[in-house]
Amino acid sequence: MLPQIQLVIPELVLLCLASIALVLDTYSTSKNKVLTFRFVQISLLIVIALIFVVSPDTQEYAFNNHFISDPMSVVLKLVICIISLVVFFYSYEYLKEHENVKGEYFVLGLFAVLGMMIMSSAASLLTIYLGLELLSLSLYSMIAMHKDSLTASEAAMKYFVLGALASGMLLYGISMLYGVTGVLDLQGISSFANAGVDADMNIMLVFGLVFIVVGIAFKLGAVPFHMWVPDIYEGSPTAVTLFISTAPKIAAFAMTIRLLSDGLQDLLSDWQGMLIILSLLSMAVGNIIAISQTNIKRMLAYSTIAHVGFFLLGIISGTASGYAGSMFYIIVYAIMSMGSFGMIIFLGKKGYEADQLDDFKGLAKRSPWYAFIMLILMFSMAGIPPLIGFWAKWFVIKEVVAMGYVWLAAVAVVFSVIGAFYYLRIIKLMYFDEPDEMLAIKASRELRLVLSVNGMVILILGFIPGALMALCLSALS
Amino acid sequence: MITQYIFYFFAALLIIAAGMVVTVRNPVHAALFLVLAFFSTSAVWLMLEAEFLAIVLILVYVGAVMVLFLFVVMMLDINLVPMREGFARFLPVGIIIALLMAIAMGSVFTAIYFNGAHLDVVTPTATDVNNSRELGKLLFTEYLYPFEIAGAILLVAIVAAISLTLRTGRSKKTQDPSAQVSVKRADRVRMVKMKSEKKSG
Amino acid sequence: MLSDIFQWIQGSILSPLVNLVVPELFQDEALLLLGILVKIVAILIPLLLSVAYITYAERKIIGYMQCRIGPNRVGFFGYKLLGLGQPIADAFKLIFKEIIIPSGANKTLFIIAPVLSFAPSIAAWAVIPFDDVSVLADINAGLLYILALTSLAVYGVIIAGWASNSKYAFLGAIRSAAQIISYEIAMGFALVCVLIAAGSLNLGEIIEAQSGSFLHWFWIPLFPVFLVYFISGVAETNRAPFDVAEGESEIVAGFHVEYGGMAFSIFFMAEYANMIMISVLTSIFFLGGWLSPLQGVPLLGSIPFLSDHGLIWLLMKTSLFLFCFLWFRATFPRYRYDQIMRLGWKVFLPITIVWIVIISIMVVAEIPPWFN
Repeated sequence: MLPQIQLVIPELVLLCLASIALVLDTYSTSKNKVLTFRFVQISLLIVIALIFVVSPDTQEYAFNNHFISDPMSVVLKLVICIISLVVFFYSYEYLKEHENVKGEYFVLGLFAVLGMMIMSSAASLLTIYLGLELLSLSLYSMIAMHKDSLTASEAAMKYFVLGALASGMLLYGISMLYGVTGVLDLQGISSFANAGVDADMNIMLVFGLVFIVVGIAFKLGAVPFHMWVPDIYEGSPTAVTLFISTAPKIAAFAMTIRLLSDGLQDLLSDWQGMLIILSLLSMAVGNIIAISQTNIKRMLAYSTIAHVGFFLLGIISGTASGYAGSMFYIIVYAIMSMGSFGMIIFLGKKGYEADQLDDFKGLAKRSPWYAFIMLILMFSMAGIPPLIGFWAKWFVIKEVVAMGYVWLAAVAVVFSVIGAFYYLRIIKLMYFDEPDEMLAIKASRELRLVLSVNGMVILILGFIPGALMALCLSALS
Repeated sequence: MITQYIFYFFAALLIIAAGMVVTVRNPVHAALFLVLAFFSTSAVWLMLEAEFLAIVLILVYVGAVMVLFLFVVMMLDINLVPMREGFARFLPVGIIIALLMAIAMGSVFTAIYFNGAHLDVVTPTATDVNNSRELGKLLFTEYLYPFEIAGAILLVAIVAAISLTLRTGRSKKTQDPSAQVSVKRADRVRMVKMKSEKKSG
Repeated sequence: MLSDIFQWIQGSILSPLVNLVVPELFQDEALLLLGILVKIVAILIPLLLSVAYITYAERKIIGYMQCRIGPNRVGFFGYKLLGLGQPIADAFKLIFKEIIIPSGANKTLFIIAPVLSFAPSIAAWAVIPFDDVSVLADINAGLLYILALTSLAVYGVIIAGWASNSKYAFLGAIRSAAQIISYEIAMGFALVCVLIAAGSLNLGEIIEAQSGSFLHWFWIPLFPVFLVYFISGVAETNRAPFDVAEGESEIVAGFHVEYGGMAFSIFFMAEYANMIMISVLTSIFFLGGWLSPLQGVPLLGSIPFLSDHGLIWLLMKTSLFLFCFLWFRATFPRYRYDQIMRLGWKVFLPITIVWIVIISIMVVAEIPPWFN
């Protein structure tokens, strides 16, 4: 009766499980909401299994071209679910430590995952927008859920207002595209642009494109639309910052590819220029301002902006292998960011956020093993071989050079070197400074285990970057 | 012909009302002008034979959204003087930006795409077509997937609104009237039987 | 019958008049406009008279329920006639009273508010079918139109409360706004059930869908919804036991405390017009409107006059519900505010949502005698 409904089963099941979790939560009386948390974790595992089971290897459409299932969407959905699984675990540890566990937090988290999955396999402008709103709305309220924290409320408000502005921009661009082409599905838009349009129509398309690029840049946090990133990373509770900086970035990648590549590949020459400016500014501003930060969450926020600049390099190349490079980059970034914020959660304790650089002083003496993990994370972020972060940068720069933008690659390398400064400063603090206090670090065994695995994954992936890259390439071929 | 006059009437009303929304000083008046603007819009839509949308605009926006809006605006005691202070100071910048916007939009909108040459003339369908039924069919077939996502968004909005505003436990300082009413005498007064005491010594 | 009268009026009065007065170019439009005007007047005058006499009925009925007599002095031409002249006397008194505008009140809005509360309750009558052909505007989305207009009634109340510049009025307005919005949701869902059952938004078609016998009416398959709708209607009109918006004991008289004379009486008329409206709608949605209850009944159904459908049945069903309004007022103590909210959100809303599922199943399964 319904066309191709089996393709949407993971999303449908996730929606049902999230609703069940909502009901279940009202019966979960324990202070730590163990029941809700476990249920949410199991839900994600079920969804991961379902994605494996039902997803075809080929490209298939469903629901009147509103939904697409292709290798890229499958890989992205899997990564999003796995990362969210780990992120929820970190979040739970954080919330438990700060005695602020709320069942709705994880339910909204599930809805955010649903939104990201919808974005990953969106095949029409409408679905992209709705998925984005589902994700954003959940994120706003996850930040604001810490009602007694003034900074969290402020961050939520800023995020909400700027996010609404960005959605407005995107929607404006979408309405322009719809007005010109008369269709909502990306396939139709692509064939419309491909058919060769006259100059008048082309101007309208580009007019819409400008707003779409602005919307995407806002969501990614690329300069000059980055103002929200540092404030929100700093203001939000670390548990939410952790979430914002990981899985949604992958969804933003999906949105970028869907809109720019699936829909408007024929306007490559138009959006390439815009993205080059965004990329250059992001790398410059992100890396330089990060140097002067003393708050590590804020520093990581600027580092995100810089990473977004690098990530855009792959998109700029405009080829499938370039997109694969970007995909590789964003997945790697998500794993590294997860580990870094996990480290902040690891060091924090009740009523205290370890978000100052000074908190890392002498970590090597307090706990050599976790100092080593942080060392791996920071080296990887800085792009020092043979860690995975190096390969990420290497792949995108290679693509840019292949497209003939050698100067852009050179600039990227220079900023990468500048950026290495503030990552190495943390390592210096950990290994060569004396700690202010020699208190033992209190953290649960599970947290220690997950954090160690997270660090090891980065180390191991660094030796076998080919496997992940092959996956990305096959996803985008 | 008369329909044309009616259209111009409502279009003018809409523009005037929308202008008043941004220019009147009193926020409550502004909200009420917005209501008027919605009304005129819905009248214009009715003339386009989009009766379902027209009535739903009234039902949802005027009947529910704007009521809550008024509710909030009325309760706020906004002091208007400081809000108008910077007007003269920011005026030059504002004018420049407005001009830039006008030029940018004008250069795109004039002459090329929106001159009507590209647009198809809409032919009215037969009058026995039921607007609501057709919309419903479309929503539940072609746009089923986005429609369901929109439902999920509304669910998230409800969950978020409730979890952000509901305060339970000790931080909540409101009374619970039903608990107060159901208080029994035994909850408050304890009858104690004891022997009368004598002053010793 | 009603349409015959209208045909006669149009043929022998309006057409000659238009031909005489209006230039050739606009004659068709003018005739249409005049025809609509006549229909409006034909609806309005009985409506306003009913409003006047419902106040009389209210005082009498509540009087008898409380073992009093009620008004029995004012009559016509020196005869007391059980006090039937009372509403007219009241109207005269109110017309000649001064309208006092409180200092600090927002003058324009203060005057507009009563109009805003009365206008929707009159405008809603446009889509009410009085028999199978007599309806002012036979529009497809009649049910939606009704919903939209009932949702507008709240504006009069909140604007009155705010423009009065009085805390009692404002408190009343806020209570009323929250209450009306809450119950509107349950009401809306109840109407969705009716819509699913009838398969149409047109009020005439909703009534046609119930024809057969009184067992075919929607009150049986939609029984819980029927109760929810009527009780929500009582709450929507701010009538007892949901009249916290007026709440004499706490906030004097609520939103219209500052109003006097004709301005007050317009609020009053709006309230009673809304009562009639809700009663008519309940009869249309659940008791088959102008359908005769004797239709399809053996023996009685064959009696010529009684089994004919017509306006008389609609009026009788409406009167039944109007009596309930007055009965409630004489019987129930006022709800506390939190109880009102609880009832609306936690009882009525779930019932209606559950019933939407049930009625959908019934419609899909084509359960006789309603949905085959």
